[in-house]
Amino acid sequence: MADEATSNSKAVANAHSHGEAGASAGTAVIASDAVQNPGLPPHRKRVTDLNPKRAKRAERTVYTLFYISVAGSLGSMLAYMFFPIESGELWQIRLSTLFIGLGMALALLAIGVGAVHWGKALMADHESIDVRHPVASDEETREASSEIFKIADEESGFTRRTLVRNSLLGALIAFPIPGITLLRGLAPQDQDPVTLLKHTLWDKGVRLARDHGGAAVGAPIRAAEVTIGSVFHVVPENLANAEDVLNEKAKAIVLLMRLDPSDLKVSEERKDWSYDGIVAYSKVCTHVGCPVALNEQHTHHLLCPCHQSQFDVSDEAKVVFGPAKRPLPQLPITVDDEGYLVAQSDFHEPVGPSFWERLK
Amino acid sequence: MSTVTTPKTQSKSGSTFTAKAASYLDERTSIGVAVKEFGRKVFPDHWSFLLGEVALYSFIVILISGTFLTLFFQASMVETHYDGPYVPMKGIEMSAAMASTLDISFSVRGGLLMRQVHHWAALLFVASIGLHMLRIFFTGAFRKPRELNWVIGFVLFILAMAEGFTGYSLPDDVLSGNGLRIIDGLIKAIPVIGTYLSFFFFGGEFPGTDIVGRLYMLHIMLLPALVILFVALHLAFVVIHKHTQYPGPGKTQQNVVGYPVLPVYAAKAGGFFFIVFGVIMLIATFVQINPIWNYGPYDPSPVSAGTQPDWYIGFADGMLRLIPPGWETEWFGYTWSWNMLVPIIIMGGFLVLVAIYPFIEAWVTGDKREHHILDRPRNAPTRTAIGAAGVTFYAVMWAGASSDLIATHFQLAMEGVIHTLQALLILGPIVAYFVTKRICLGLQKKDRSIALHGYESGRIVRLQGGEFIEVHKPVSEYERWTLVSYHDYAPLMLRPNDDGKIPFSRRLRAGFSRWFFENRVVPPTQGEIEQGGHDSH
Amino acid sequence: MTLSQKKAGKSGRRHPLATVALVAIGLLVTGAAYTGFSQTSATAEVDWPTFSQDESNITAGEKLFGANCATCHGLEAEGTDDGPSLIGAGAASVNFQVGTGRMPLAFQGPQGMVKPKQFSEEETLQLAAYVASLAPGPDLPDAKYLDGSGDVSTGGTLFRINCAMCHNVAGAGGALTEGKWAPPLTGVAPTHIYEAMVTGPQNMPVFNDANITPQEKSDIISYLKYLEEKPAVGGLTLGSLGPVAEGLFIWIIGLGAVIAFTVWVTAKSN
Repeated sequence: MADEATSNSKAVANAHSHGEAGASAGTAVIASDAVQNPGLPPHRKRVTDLNPKRAKRAERTVYTLFYISVAGSLGSMLAYMFFPIESGELWQIRLSTLFIGLGMALALLAIGVGAVHWGKALMADHESIDVRHPVASDEETREASSEIFKIADEESGFTRRTLVRNSLLGALIAFPIPGITLLRGLAPQDQDPVTLLKHTLWDKGVRLARDHGGAAVGAPIRAAEVTIGSVFHVVPENLANAEDVLNEKAKAIVLLMRLDPSDLKVSEERKDWSYDGIVAYSKVCTHVGCPVALNEQHTHHLLCPCHQSQFDVSDEAKVVFGPAKRPLPQLPITVDDEGYLVAQSDFHEPVGPSFWERLK
Repeated sequence: MSTVTTPKTQSKSGSTFTAKAASYLDERTSIGVAVKEFGRKVFPDHWSFLLGEVALYSFIVILISGTFLTLFFQASMVETHYDGPYVPMKGIEMSAAMASTLDISFSVRGGLLMRQVHHWAALLFVASIGLHMLRIFFTGAFRKPRELNWVIGFVLFILAMAEGFTGYSLPDDVLSGNGLRIIDGLIKAIPVIGTYLSFFFFGGEFPGTDIVGRLYMLHIMLLPALVILFVALHLAFVVIHKHTQYPGPGKTQQNVVGYPVLPVYAAKAGGFFFIVFGVIMLIATFVQINPIWNYGPYDPSPVSAGTQPDWYIGFADGMLRLIPPGWETEWFGYTWSWNMLVPIIIMGGFLVLVAIYPFIEAWVTGDKREHHILDRPRNAPTRTAIGAAGVTFYAVMWAGASSDLIATHFQLAMEGVIHTLQALLILGPIVAYFVTKRICLGLQKKDRSIALHGYESGRIVRLQGGEFIEVHKPVSEYERWTLVSYHDYAPLMLRPNDDGKIPFSRRLRAGFSRWFFENRVVPPTQGEIEQGGHDSH
Repeated sequence: MTLSQKKAGKSGRRHPLATVALVAIGLLVTGAAYTGFSQTSATAEVDWPTFSQDESNITAGEKLFGANCATCHGLEAEGTDDGPSLIGAGAASVNFQVGTGRMPLAFQGPQGMVKPKQFSEEETLQLAAYVASLAPGPDLPDAKYLDGSGDVSTGGTLFRINCAMCHNVAGAGGALTEGKWAPPLTGVAPTHIYEAMVTGPQNMPVFNDANITPQEKSDIISYLKYLEEKPAVGGLTLGSLGPVAEGLFIWIIGLGAVIAFTVWVTAKSN
């Protein structure tokens, strides 16, 4: 290939032969006057080769280490037996972990260091040389394999009998498909994810209640209890009765705050969604769904700790920083005749992260 | 049966026993063939060759400690109440997965130790794979015939990350649960199929009651099987190809210079296994990891400040954090979440580039020869600079994941940290590329100067004429060989083909070739060295 | 040391270690004196209802206020552009802000920082009594909620729902927007924790007693003290910062140690 060689070189293949003869060197420059390999440098003897006393000392080090290892293993086993944890006291668990682990670590490191020291200091260290052959099999073998395939083809008629071959291919492609179809069972057959994502437990008249963790629901919240600067972590009052509590909770969590009404920017269509400065927003981040739980009392910013999206509570929770796009959905609330905060309806849009069919 | 010998009791009964045992085995397995072939196989010796072993050994530690954990862990999301000794969790409703993890930590002797060994080993596993991969990259060990092994190694990297992710999600705690929530959000953002994929993954709505069981199957059966399969392939190729070696006197493309497996490597590599295991054990004894009892059982409501995934998923989390606000559009009534799709595309593209790099470089150089002598990184300046840019890109994404912790620890505003990292994501790799390339070229020039003129000895001599010179100590021919024996590539010259045209692929290749090899330091020839390099520096 | 110098020691001249002994005695004496004379909030047992009603305390507080707080908070505590009104802030706010050293502010910035207290326990309470006298507001907590006798299980759950998102599950602190932060809770006195919850200092929300009842506040405080007092079963906590700290540790110390070993394993023996 004329354009592979450069002007001042000859392709001296055997000076730099790399594997099979005749492999193209590409754009490599092969200098005719290259420096030649001087061969292995002279072997340098180790202290343990020259000084038998040092060799003996190295030997002593090695077997001492191996004995230390035995001691470590024994110590670890004894620690297991003599450091009980059944009382449940944390310091006991700490000591048990510490001494079992220390014994094991000692046992392991001592074998390792001993074995390596043996290899380095005592085992013969003259450099050995192996020959490399090209990775490709030799010409004879390649021809023989190629011959085998040819014979197999002739005897079976694989390439000649095209109908047989193509229908086999078709069958082989088709047979895994029922197996893959079985994987449909990973998702419930009778539920539509898009419908489910658009509905939460919130509904007209459902009281806002305190979140007490997991499926536990605290008392419903009165408007009078929510003072300016407060934040309440809220779940629907009927959460505990839900069929899949955590699934519903993952959509229904709400953050309840009270601002001074003069700080709150309320649009015309949402003017009766809040109550005297008390606003409720979905706690599920519209980015990828972490709880947007950090509430800054004076800046009115909600911060999501996962990817640092920030939402402005005083302006319909619109995004002011971070990778989220959509504002947090607002839960329209009002007060029932006993003074408890209740939802007026479900959210007016799907909560949480965006998905393809969100607007459908 | 060739000979029948009556065993005689000897003082050295060991050798007779060993001989008989070996014979017994060989008569049934042909193991003599393996011993003959591999027993004195030579492997070269360099510390950077042990990084792959660190990965292999940490994997073995993971398997051993993981097996112990499976004896006690219950991968079920059935609700139970914790009734063990850890007081703050007492009476709390949680999944059996979380409860059994608490039991392992507080009620099984050595259980906490094994949990910590397992998790620390996992962190070390992925870290050592990464470092090993960087060594392979920077020394060009991925060149023919090892391209396939590079791809296998890349697959192993992905599998290791998947193993880690599925593993730390098993205890069903708040930290990993929020991680799953994020994955759910990412999946949902995929156009057309996202909502359904999420439904499939979780067996219905998030979080559902299936996910821990499914991740468990992946974590202890499917993924380890794949890892073991690919590791076996990876090692088989190392044996077939023989290990590469650094350039040095006496080392050629047709030999391997080093030490034999028996007894030297059996001792060193075998010993090293115990060292790696020991280091992991020491760390697991003294340093706490993943205290799930602080996070509590997964509940969609709480979240911790400083919510990050394990370090090897950090680059993905960081990429999500660095996207500017508002990247979502609504076209044709559908929602297009660019704030997810762009990270997925960028990270996917980055990974694909890493996977196919050997093939790109082979195309650029056109070199179809086998390569068994490694490159010193400085002798492949463009490759090394590309690698540095890639590492910088990855590192900035990774740093993005801890943007809030950077803010608190250095008393900065998180917005400033994030904006800086956004800028660094673009500028960092560019700067790293240029700086690295210049450093490599500079080092090559220095090497050339040493090869031609020797070392500056620090001895100043005054010549008869009054001139001061510094005596240069000539370098031995053994040291010089290492300095001058690298490959030199020239940029591809464009010539029209038989039709008189230059096809686009040719132009492209020439362009890449120029980029790679235009600035280069040519190794000195024998003639130049003999002249002492009087006319060139 | 020459023979003559050694002999000198025996004959009554100063022993070479005399200087050391003198310094040590001096340190011990001053240390003991300091401990004896300084008052900590734990040792001062003040009957708050009586103290806060005492006119002399309120007047003393007013004087302290005028000298140290009025420039930002106004002469009548009505507030200025530099500081909010303290009317209705209550004794709890003052005890928290002044008792943790946050107030007086060193400079206007994203957030007031904890720094060495400027006032003694008595002066702090006097300031609190003065502000409390201006208008009703959150009062100092009852001691029975501060003794750590609450239910740590309930406390932990409430802490994770209401507090961990800013302060981290182990109370290690966390980042807020624009350079603000939620401080770590280790080493914070129970009374200050309670007061912070009930007053909502700076950007921390207000957790009034209807939101988190006094008993629940006690549970949360008990949980935090449990975390502080109990040993970490797994060993070093690395600041309880989670995977970031763990990742840094494995790369720097874990891989570092392993690579040090690889260099040793493959180095040529001496």
